[in-house]
Amino acid sequence: MTQGPPLHDWLRRNLFSDAFSSATTVALVAAALWWLPGLIDWLLLQAVFRADAGACQAASHAGACWGVVAEKYRVILFGRYPHEEQWRPLLATALLLVVIVASGRRLLPLRVMATAWAITLPAFFVLMGGGRFGLQPVGSDQWGGFPLTLLLATLGMLLAFPLAILVALGRFSGLPLLRGLCRSYVELVRGVPLISVLFLASFLFPLLLPPGISIDVLLRVLLGIVLFAAAYLSETIRGGLLAIPAGQHDAAAALGLGRWQAMRWIILPQALRAVVPSMMNSAVSIFKDTSLVTVVSLYELTGSLSLALAGDPEWRSFHLEGYLFIALIYWIGCHAMSRFSRGFEHAARLADRSTPT
Amino acid sequence: MPAQRWRNLLVQTLIAAGLLALLWWLLDATATNMRERGIRSGFDFLLEPAGFGIGESLLPFDSTDSALWALAAGLANTLRVALPAIFISTMLGTLVGLGRLSPNLLLRKLCAAYVEALRNVPLLLQLLAWYFIVTDLLPAASEALQLAPHVFLSKSGLSVPWLGGDDGLLDLPQRGAMNVSGGAAMTPEYLALLLGLSLYTAAYVAETVRAGIAAVPRGQSEAALALGLTRLQNFRLVLLPQALRGIIPPLTNQHLSLTKNASLAVAIGYPELVSVANTTLNQTGRAAECIALIMAVYLILSLLTAWLSAWLERRSGRWADRS
Repeated sequence: MTQGPPLHDWLRRNLFSDAFSSATTVALVAAALWWLPGLIDWLLLQAVFRADAGACQAASHAGACWGVVAEKYRVILFGRYPHEEQWRPLLATALLLVVIVASGRRLLPLRVMATAWAITLPAFFVLMGGGRFGLQPVGSDQWGGFPLTLLLATLGMLLAFPLAILVALGRFSGLPLLRGLCRSYVELVRGVPLISVLFLASFLFPLLLPPGISIDVLLRVLLGIVLFAAAYLSETIRGGLLAIPAGQHDAAAALGLGRWQAMRWIILPQALRAVVPSMMNSAVSIFKDTSLVTVVSLYELTGSLSLALAGDPEWRSFHLEGYLFIALIYWIGCHAMSRFSRGFEHAARLADRSTPT
Repeated sequence: MPAQRWRNLLVQTLIAAGLLALLWWLLDATATNMRERGIRSGFDFLLEPAGFGIGESLLPFDSTDSALWALAAGLANTLRVALPAIFISTMLGTLVGLGRLSPNLLLRKLCAAYVEALRNVPLLLQLLAWYFIVTDLLPAASEALQLAPHVFLSKSGLSVPWLGGDDGLLDLPQRGAMNVSGGAAMTPEYLALLLGLSLYTAAYVAETVRAGIAAVPRGQSEAALALGLTRLQNFRLVLLPQALRGIIPPLTNQHLSLTKNASLAVAIGYPELVSVANTTLNQTGRAAECIALIMAVYLILSLLTAWLSAWLERRSGRWADRS
């Protein structure tokens, strides 16, 4: 290839390396010129940003009606939570988000983080539920919107994790019965759709309990999510356990560690670190899957959007803008988690390179 | 170590006894609850008339048919959307995955943007959005959009030419004053579900294909090109056979999740298995039975897919060995 100015080289390498590539470039640029002006027009130039239903109707879909977000954001974000008390879910969500982000970025030592979690989770429930410290009680049937999505995803993941470790370890147990039970649980749950597990949680769990004891629908659904997520997580962890070289087991045995001691101190920590990226994939799935609880009448983010728009003839025709708004929220959450996962992989590779072997 | 063996046996017996006790306790509580609330149990309802209609069905169905037949119609509807969606998502996903490995920067970024955008938004939300776009934003049937000769798209769905018709060859849809008639018509529910499932799963298929091809060592391509193979030959004869081994197992998993994800149709009212079972549940109150049926059907589908996947893997192994 001839040496030219850097820009020329770059263009040649990236856009015009051969006839097919050149044709692709021309076609894509042409398509962009054709589509982009209309898209920008719709998204921004002709869009209505004021909460003015009349102006939105007048624009008649030539421009987006972002006014629907301006008008309805409180119902979309907080569902049926009482309007004048909505500072509580806002504060609770902000607290939980701060703790999650701080844990992800490992800003503070582990012990401080553990304490922060131990304080934040009960605080979340007290703020949301009230009934203490002079807060007006708000039943969990009125919780909704983003706080509910965040709560289900966070607690789902946190509670599924220990269960998943137990199930994964159970599959390496010396007891055939235990191995079989763990395997059946994982295969059963992974073979059925989440929605059937949620139906189970919502319709059947109340029947399973002795008369007089009832647990609220939020907890039942959470239990369903935990049971579902744990099956997938345990497969991930099992993969990590299988990937640890046999030499590690031998070395641990040679040092006089018992089977379970070796597992606890040598094998499991390495296995868990190796599967952090796959576990983040599971976390992303759980976060997205929380949208399904709307099918069993819990109004999380997706459900509360329908709550906000479906019954309102003035705004009903602007669902698409509402969907785009909450899609952006989900997207930011998922994207942040995959960014974290990539960062972790990168750091792990650097650490591996610097440890002498 | 006989002592160890006896201990293991004892522990396992204890586990089994504990489980049986728990199971008995749960069943007892359930039986008491059901007696108190007057809920009947058993699968006899399956043979009684369903008592509800199904919006669209591949199998002939009306409300006097049995609930069992309704569920069969639901399963047929699941497959009716899942199989085409599997085909479309595999094709589109492969193209997008290959696009991500293209030397062309624009194409690479476009395909990456597609994957990022679709994977990071819940499928349910995408389905609701597609359904809304089809039923609310498209023109009415009388002003149906003509996408190609005799292909019409409107609020009432998509009509395409199909076999059959008066002349016995092709049945061509025609736009009338009020509606589009003739041809094969896809309802808005079916269309939204097919689009949503296909586009969402394609993003995952793309990642699978990209990872599978990227896992083939670079030296393989370099060696093939050095031997004088063209880029296409290199792809077909060297890269693809090796990549397929890594692609097929996760790909069948994607197909299986697609089939499971078809259950989200319950939110937009396409009558597939879970949706029909949900209606049956609400009509008869037999929650345990209906949920057990859904789970059993999906478990069987999973087992079949696992078996098919193993078979494909053996075959692709043979193909790779031969070339």
